[in-house]
Amino acid sequence: MAEKMDNRITLAHGSGGSLTHKLIRETFLPLLSNPLLGRLDDGAVFGVDKGRLAFTTDSYVVNPLFFPGGDIGRLAVCGTVNDLSMCGARPLYLSLSLIIEEGFSQPDLQRIISSVREAALEADVEVITGDTKVVGRGSADGLFITTSGIGIVPEGIEVSGTNAKAGDKVILSGTLGDHGMTILIQREGLGFEGPIESDCAPLNQMVSSMLEASHDIHCLRDPTRGGLATTLNEIALQSEVGILIQEDATPLNPSVSALCELLGFDPLYVANEGKLVAMVKASDSDRVLEAMKENKYGKRATIIGEVTGEHPGRVVIRTRMGTSRIVDMLTGDLLPRIC
Amino acid sequence: MQFIHEYRDPDLGRKLVQRIHRKSRKPARLMEFCGGHTFAILKNGIRDLLPSNLELVSGPGCPVCVTAISDLDKAIFLSHLPQTITTTFGDMVRVPGSHGSLASARVEGADVRIVYSTMDALDIAQENPQSQVIFVGIGFETTAPTIAASIVEAQRREIDNYHVLPLGKLCPPVMGALLKMGETKIDGIIGPGHVSTIIGSRPYEFIPREYGVPFVISGFEPLDILLAVEMLVEQIEEEDPKVEIAYRRGVKPEGNARAQQLMEEVFEVSNANWRGIGEIPRSGLSIREKFSHFDALKAYDIEPGLSREPKGCICGEILRGIKNPQDCRLFRRACTPENPVGPCMVSSEGSCAAYYRYGGEDG
Repeated sequence: MAEKMDNRITLAHGSGGSLTHKLIRETFLPLLSNPLLGRLDDGAVFGVDKGRLAFTTDSYVVNPLFFPGGDIGRLAVCGTVNDLSMCGARPLYLSLSLIIEEGFSQPDLQRIISSVREAALEADVEVITGDTKVVGRGSADGLFITTSGIGIVPEGIEVSGTNAKAGDKVILSGTLGDHGMTILIQREGLGFEGPIESDCAPLNQMVSSMLEASHDIHCLRDPTRGGLATTLNEIALQSEVGILIQEDATPLNPSVSALCELLGFDPLYVANEGKLVAMVKASDSDRVLEAMKENKYGKRATIIGEVTGEHPGRVVIRTRMGTSRIVDMLTGDLLPRIC
Repeated sequence: MQFIHEYRDPDLGRKLVQRIHRKSRKPARLMEFCGGHTFAILKNGIRDLLPSNLELVSGPGCPVCVTAISDLDKAIFLSHLPQTITTTFGDMVRVPGSHGSLASARVEGADVRIVYSTMDALDIAQENPQSQVIFVGIGFETTAPTIAASIVEAQRREIDNYHVLPLGKLCPPVMGALLKMGETKIDGIIGPGHVSTIIGSRPYEFIPREYGVPFVISGFEPLDILLAVEMLVEQIEEEDPKVEIAYRRGVKPEGNARAQQLMEEVFEVSNANWRGIGEIPRSGLSIREKFSHFDALKAYDIEPGLSREPKGCICGEILRGIKNPQDCRLFRRACTPENPVGPCMVSSEGSCAAYYRYGGEDG
């Protein structure tokens, strides 16, 4: 019994006392070690290069915590790194704040922090400050993570959802819906047997290459919850432009495509965690596409449409049948059909 | 992917469209029975491809939409009982009843769970022997065999805390009822694809025979629907109404005998109350006496009180093919998928949801 208790997080781990220190010393520091974190001050103090700062925050409450292609730790790093990247920033530092439910498995926590470490190493960012709270059983669903991030926007970079311009090409970095469908089949225990895993990945290195390839990347977004359809609608509204995409241009993994057909989902509305969409000046689009394809997360990058001066605020899809229809934002929940 | 892209081929689509334009002369109003058809038609912009003398109108083929509000109120009533887990297909949760929905019942503390299969509901019952598990058994002939299978399986596994609220409905009788009412002119019917995989094409033969209305069973891909329209146009032009299948890869004239046997074993045909239409004789499914210990209607005293339809909602008229979603004053204003007033805006097979998502500015 005592041994089993040792493997569980207790309220005392969040009390700020000796167990909290033990947790920090034995779990967090060895995995996330860097000089700024190692000082264990109340906050991290650091200098920055010239440029403007980008700052973002996001909370992660995914269920299940572990899923094919990642876990909540990888997600928490990639999500915030990607949010910074979509501002045209080079991500530098992250904070990591955990809310842990009493009784949570210590080995699982170890696994998740190891994922944080690996994702941070891959993205070349450092976790330099953090916090841990433990709440009573039933007050949280296992583990919630909040990460905030700081990055630097280099001189001359002006990327924003308001900047899409008529004539821009719309480039998508790869397949749609992998994350959303992975989580759905895990959560609902659908017993779907097919190669399908989350696309959860840090995109900052691909974005760096893209920004080197062109100074006319007007807009970058990662289509997470709500999917590509919702993201494109946001951009169309913010930039007061129309967006026209081709129905068969968006790449899909066969398993995701099959599962969406089966459940009646439209992949345009399913969440991604390792994809971006870019609005790029037409004359630069091939160069940007090449840069994306050289990155392992952009192998299937492709031009899916263009920005137009017509129908401002609206996204229109040209169907395979040659007709057009409006693509709206996600409304309501994604639910499977029954008949 | 195999068996999908073939049915979305643009070149074949263009050929079908040309043939329809060449053959079609008479003005005709075609009802697509299924909500799945309505979605496919709007998603692929099929209306824009057809000649102007052909009009498409949505039918009542949405199981969530045709569930009477009094029946929905029963499900919500049951969900509030202590030690009860209510299981249902996803769409049903958000449909507003007279007082709240299953979703709002969940917010108030009821244990309401979305399942993807009736067998999931049965597993929940087995895993929670201290609770009563109710499955809200809506659906047409497509779903009925799986509900029947869950009851037979519950019997076999001796699970005694599983009950079905039997709300199953049958498609041929509602079509007969609509044609008999004659409120709306229907010159041809795009018949249900999935339902017909179970019951086959024969149960619809009374439609051309008694009402002189052409009937073609269709799948849900754009080419399926275009082919069905072409076959209907031929029947209309030649004045030769009959039942045909444009969905041969899924539907045989005799249907699926095994599924039919299962339905027959567990259910018997009864009168049913259809939302927006009213009671239709012999259009529903009740649980046979032999399995009555799984019947929620027998196991519980259900008193949900008086039901009332939401004010201003014209789902009923839409289900009868009299009006279109954009004729509704609430459409896109008071009634949206986030804040639905009627069931047609909730369901993934509801006409209003289809027009909202794919219909553009004016619906």
